[in-house]
Amino acid sequence: MEITRRQLLTRCTQLLVLTGTAAAALEKTGQAPGPDDTYHMADHWWGMMIDIEKCIGCGNCVRACSKENNVPEGYFRTWVERYQVTEDWEHPKVDSPDGAIHGFPANTDPNVKSFFVPKLCNHCADSPCVQVCPVGATFVSPDGVVLVDPDYCLGCRYCIQACPYGCRYFHPEKHIADKCTLCYHRITQGLTTACCEACPTGARRLCDLKDPNDPVHEFLRNNMVHVLKPQMATGAKVYYNNLDGSVR
Amino acid sequence: MINGVAGYMYPNEVELQWSLLIVLYPYITGLVAGAFILASLERVFKVEEVRPTYRLALLTALAFLLVAPLPLQLHLGHPERSFEMYLTPHRTSAMAMFGFVYLWYLMVVLLVEIWLDYRADIVHQAQTRTGVMRWIYRALTLGSQNVSPASRRIDDKVGYVVTVIGIPSAFLLHGYVGFIFGSVKANPWWSTPLMPVVFLFSAMTSGIAAVLVIYVGSSLLRRTRIDMRCLDAVGKYLFYTFVIDFSLEMLDLVHRTYEADESFRSLDFMVHTRLFISQIVVQIFLGTLLPLGLLAATQLVRFSDAIRRRIYVGASLLTLVGIFAMRWNVVIGGQLFSKSFLGYTTYKVEFAAREGLLPALALMILPFVLLLVLVKLLPPWQEQEVTEG
Repeated sequence: MEITRRQLLTRCTQLLVLTGTAAAALEKTGQAPGPDDTYHMADHWWGMMIDIEKCIGCGNCVRACSKENNVPEGYFRTWVERYQVTEDWEHPKVDSPDGAIHGFPANTDPNVKSFFVPKLCNHCADSPCVQVCPVGATFVSPDGVVLVDPDYCLGCRYCIQACPYGCRYFHPEKHIADKCTLCYHRITQGLTTACCEACPTGARRLCDLKDPNDPVHEFLRNNMVHVLKPQMATGAKVYYNNLDGSVR
Repeated sequence: MINGVAGYMYPNEVELQWSLLIVLYPYITGLVAGAFILASLERVFKVEEVRPTYRLALLTALAFLLVAPLPLQLHLGHPERSFEMYLTPHRTSAMAMFGFVYLWYLMVVLLVEIWLDYRADIVHQAQTRTGVMRWIYRALTLGSQNVSPASRRIDDKVGYVVTVIGIPSAFLLHGYVGFIFGSVKANPWWSTPLMPVVFLFSAMTSGIAAVLVIYVGSSLLRRTRIDMRCLDAVGKYLFYTFVIDFSLEMLDLVHRTYEADESFRSLDFMVHTRLFISQIVVQIFLGTLLPLGLLAATQLVRFSDAIRRRIYVGASLLTLVGIFAMRWNVVIGGQLFSKSFLGYTTYKVEFAAREGLLPALALMILPFVLLLVLVKLLPPWQEQEVTEG
């Protein structure tokens, strides 16, 4: 096919204009929204309050988290455990079928103390996972959320070994460590986390320890509050009300 | 109930994170450190009997050191990012220092020591060989053809200093690998200050055993006489280091049993079930008590040369198996129980997978191939120095 110099120049110009427009459009629409301009990281210190007595083990939180964050099947950023405790409280029976993404089968034994324990990353202030990361891909944000930089993580999995709570997993497609981000993309926009929003009983509530008006202060003052594995001294910021001594 | 899981595991714990390749990593670095420390016996501590193994031990250490980072690279989710450890190391991470410790050991200690020791041989080869080999040796001289007695004396002095620096470096290399595990407070199977010391002594034990087997094997292949004075000395050092290693491991075991903290029940169950074969049978009985008994017998009873030779080789091979089992029990065993102490999972080695048995076997054969090349290039044999004994 013959092509004149004029046609070639015209087509090149058309191509440039089209690709430029497409790139500009992609930049506008294809990116995840950044933190709200009014959001100042230094003004927040995020954590979560969990009321054991309010959790009904419905699994809504697990489903919401999985959907919101595209969590790969078989891995969990949050899950719910059911404890069934007899007098031998040091050796409880625990289950969490598929992380309780479909809830739990009914408890058939009336002679046990049964309750649900939602679990997620504790967003520790002195986090062992942050300490061990060889390149600093895992870090605590200035507003107290433990995050993983997906473009920097080597996939060595040292952080997964170092987490005392089993909250991290190796993403089977991205080949990096992955975990709960406390829905950072939502909370920096003034929203709550997907799990808290989906909880029908208010058993899970996002809290901001730097906000003097946050209910967390009253929660911590007026309740029997505990964190998981306090002996690990990780500065965990997921606070449980009425946590049984058998919970690990 | 999830396949292979008993009791309750946190849902993300069912899958093991560190595989067979991570078992190889401390095993291979241990062989490096042990072989180097054996070489330093002759150089620094003037143990003349082990002289026939000196150069062989250095080349063995180099061959294994070159392979040491490969299992880690294969294991990483993003091996192409591993260089970030050099560019932006995270100072609080025990693992971040691996690259620097490795490079220090490879570049500053091993390569310099080997080069200084072989310099006269390399210059001689560069002057006498022809063709491609001549160019290879000329490159290895690094431009220095001076082998006058005065320059050799300088080589010797510098080599001595490098070896003196090398001993704490070898301790650092493997003690550090132990610290990577020993500092994980979330895992009671690993978290003990004894871990770096246990790793160090087990490294020395396995390295000495490996050099002994390679020395005897190479002598048989080359149909040269085995220096029994040397073999007796190496066997003696193997026995001593193994006694210390075993004592430390038993101290750890007794301490755990006596303290019996919250994890004890879980770990005790594991040792009696899922780790019974690899820990009790292979590591403790076959890989420790039996070789220790054999080595002790050589110290107490006068056997003939032929019997002693067989005993040393047999004990060394068992030792190598035992130390491998120890690495397995640390790395894999530390991931078989839940951090909730309420359940246990299983580990099945795949065959032709990225972290399977096949690449693991290839990675264990590779150092021997490298050693073969190194031995061809830099022959370590010193038959003329073998004395009657």
